[in-house]
Amino acid sequence: MPDAAARRELARSLVRWESALLLLLIGTVVLGSSLTTEFLKPVNFFYIGLNFGEIAIMALPVALIVVTGEIDLSIASMLGLSGTVMASLFAHGWSIWPAMGAALLVGLAGGTLNGVLVTRFGLPSLAVTIGTLTLFRGIAQIILPNNTIGGFPESLTKIGIVPIPGTQVPYSMAFFAALAAITAVVLHWTPLGRSIFAIGASSEAAFFAGIRVKRIKLLLFVAAGLISALAGILFTLRFAAARYDSGTGLELDVVTVVLLGGISIFGGKGTIFGVVLAAAVLASLQGALTLDLISPDEQHIVTGVLLIASVIVPSASELYGRASSRLNSELARRRRRGVLAAESGES
Amino acid sequence: MTTTAVEPDEVEGGGAGIAELLFRFRELGIVLALILVVVPTTIDNYRFIETTSVQQLLSGASIIALLAIGETLVIITRNVDLSLGSVLGLSAYLTGEIYVHYPHASIWLVMLAGTGLGLVCGVVNGAVVTLVRVPSLVVTLGTLYIIRGIDATWSGGNQVNSYSLPNSFNVIGYGTFLGVPYVALISIVAVVIASYAMRTFRPGRDLYAIGSNPFAATLAGIPVARRVFTAFALSGAIAGLAGVFWLSYFGSVDSTAGTGYEFQVVAAVVVGGVAIFGGSGSVYGAALGALLLYTINSALVIVNIASSWSLAFQGGLLIVAITFDRLVLVKVAPALRGRRRARA
Repeated sequence: MPDAAARRELARSLVRWESALLLLLIGTVVLGSSLTTEFLKPVNFFYIGLNFGEIAIMALPVALIVVTGEIDLSIASMLGLSGTVMASLFAHGWSIWPAMGAALLVGLAGGTLNGVLVTRFGLPSLAVTIGTLTLFRGIAQIILPNNTIGGFPESLTKIGIVPIPGTQVPYSMAFFAALAAITAVVLHWTPLGRSIFAIGASSEAAFFAGIRVKRIKLLLFVAAGLISALAGILFTLRFAAARYDSGTGLELDVVTVVLLGGISIFGGKGTIFGVVLAAAVLASLQGALTLDLISPDEQHIVTGVLLIASVIVPSASELYGRASSRLNSELARRRRRGVLAAESGES
Repeated sequence: MTTTAVEPDEVEGGGAGIAELLFRFRELGIVLALILVVVPTTIDNYRFIETTSVQQLLSGASIIALLAIGETLVIITRNVDLSLGSVLGLSAYLTGEIYVHYPHASIWLVMLAGTGLGLVCGVVNGAVVTLVRVPSLVVTLGTLYIIRGIDATWSGGNQVNSYSLPNSFNVIGYGTFLGVPYVALISIVAVVIASYAMRTFRPGRDLYAIGSNPFAATLAGIPVARRVFTAFALSGAIAGLAGVFWLSYFGSVDSTAGTGYEFQVVAAVVVGGVAIFGGSGSVYGAALGALLLYTINSALVIVNIASSWSLAFQGGLLIVAITFDRLVLVKVAPALRGRRRARA
């Protein structure tokens, strides 16, 4: 249970960042529906959810990692690797469920590798995960150099075509909703969640307070690997095909969702609700731009700007404070100089 | 008075001596790794050290090495520039477009244009990082995609082919002087200048100070923001220039030029012994790292390991390098501390 101060802090951040996100979401929907009448049709929301499902899913564990002050850039490569492993085992005669299990194990192993390198060897997570970003993608390329594997059971690949019966909700969104609920409960209403915030605020202080910093960070990296592998399975089934370069560059979208969601890149701050809202904003923005026939490459400009804006805006007030104080001191200095000049003029 | 003036000097000299040895050992390690790659590959296939293949290897590695110079400046200040690949791509496309519209454009003007474009990108990165004080990782990850997006929008799926490029331009890519490719010569000169500047001149030393401890650097009166800004601007400008050479080497360009180079360059720099958390490393180490990675890629092809293995090697090598550096640091740090105490 959060104490009163924490609850107040939570409420305050809800008032600020999350309400701005809500406005942004409304603005995006208005923009989308003004661009084309297709936007507000239920089937469009199905496609938006479908296209963004894996990104949103991967954003959840990455959000927790960023709250502890670390980062994981290897998730999109893990997505590609897990899909590749599942598909090539399937092509070698495994049935689909054990192949999925193997893909998840690969995710577990990759996450453990990241986590061990960061926590046991004390290496910076940025360098480690740039390394594993290349490594995981490279292993996927060794497994599946230039061919595409398909032919998965249709009962499974239909998740890329049809929603959950009776709704317009894609299966990946259902996964996302469940995972988001779990992540939110863990982060905001359990001792583990408080520990995660504490680590982000000050890793050292958290350590001296008896929090098992290394173990928690390791756990989060493992979770990120596992969930990215799950996203890889969904991604592969959705396209009914596996390629080694599946999902290249999705780390941009994931990091954008996390930071736009109000998770501080310096760690220690943020809410899962914000991340969910940010996922909705980015998903509908990309959906609107796609309907407007803007190519994915050009959409990257928008995503990149949003990413940079989401770190600039929070520090804008501080920036303003710094600029105004500098201006004031400069004015004071001029005034002083003016007085001195006047004095010397008198003497 | 004289003794107090000499003593700290001596201690500093001693400390620098050990550090020097470590640095040298670190770069010797890369040279050793290079030999370990080159010798077995040559035994497997002697064509690996034929003049033309060595020349090609040097030219290709030189472009990564050029990027590595700029990246080193940035990483030493405890920042990172992930936008280099996109800057290179945009500059290469600009170069191609200039030749499509003005086939007789002067080569110097073209280089100036490429460098200028890179400089603009670097200035934007540097300005956002230093003025707004947001992490360079996020800013340059953003500009990586923004610049690539601008490139894709501008080119719109177009490709500039080598027949649009004048011969005087293409010759930069394949021409040689005394057997050494032009691009390699330019790269070597740039590495030598940058290494000398980083060792000798005040602003270069400032970069190390900022990377070791930004707060202490501020207290010591170093203009931290200005230096970091300059590092980003230079890094962008070098990437822009590298884009011009990239086009002359590869001969054609579309909007995907230089995709993924940012990770290759970071790998090269880190393998070359530059600490990812700033404060230590050398430009020529980074350049050697670039040469090593590129040589491994070429060697894989020669010994008939599918080129699809090269990515995994790069990632693996990056991880091995940072782990190795960390272990060496953990081993060496107490010894260094002990010595300093003994002297005192």
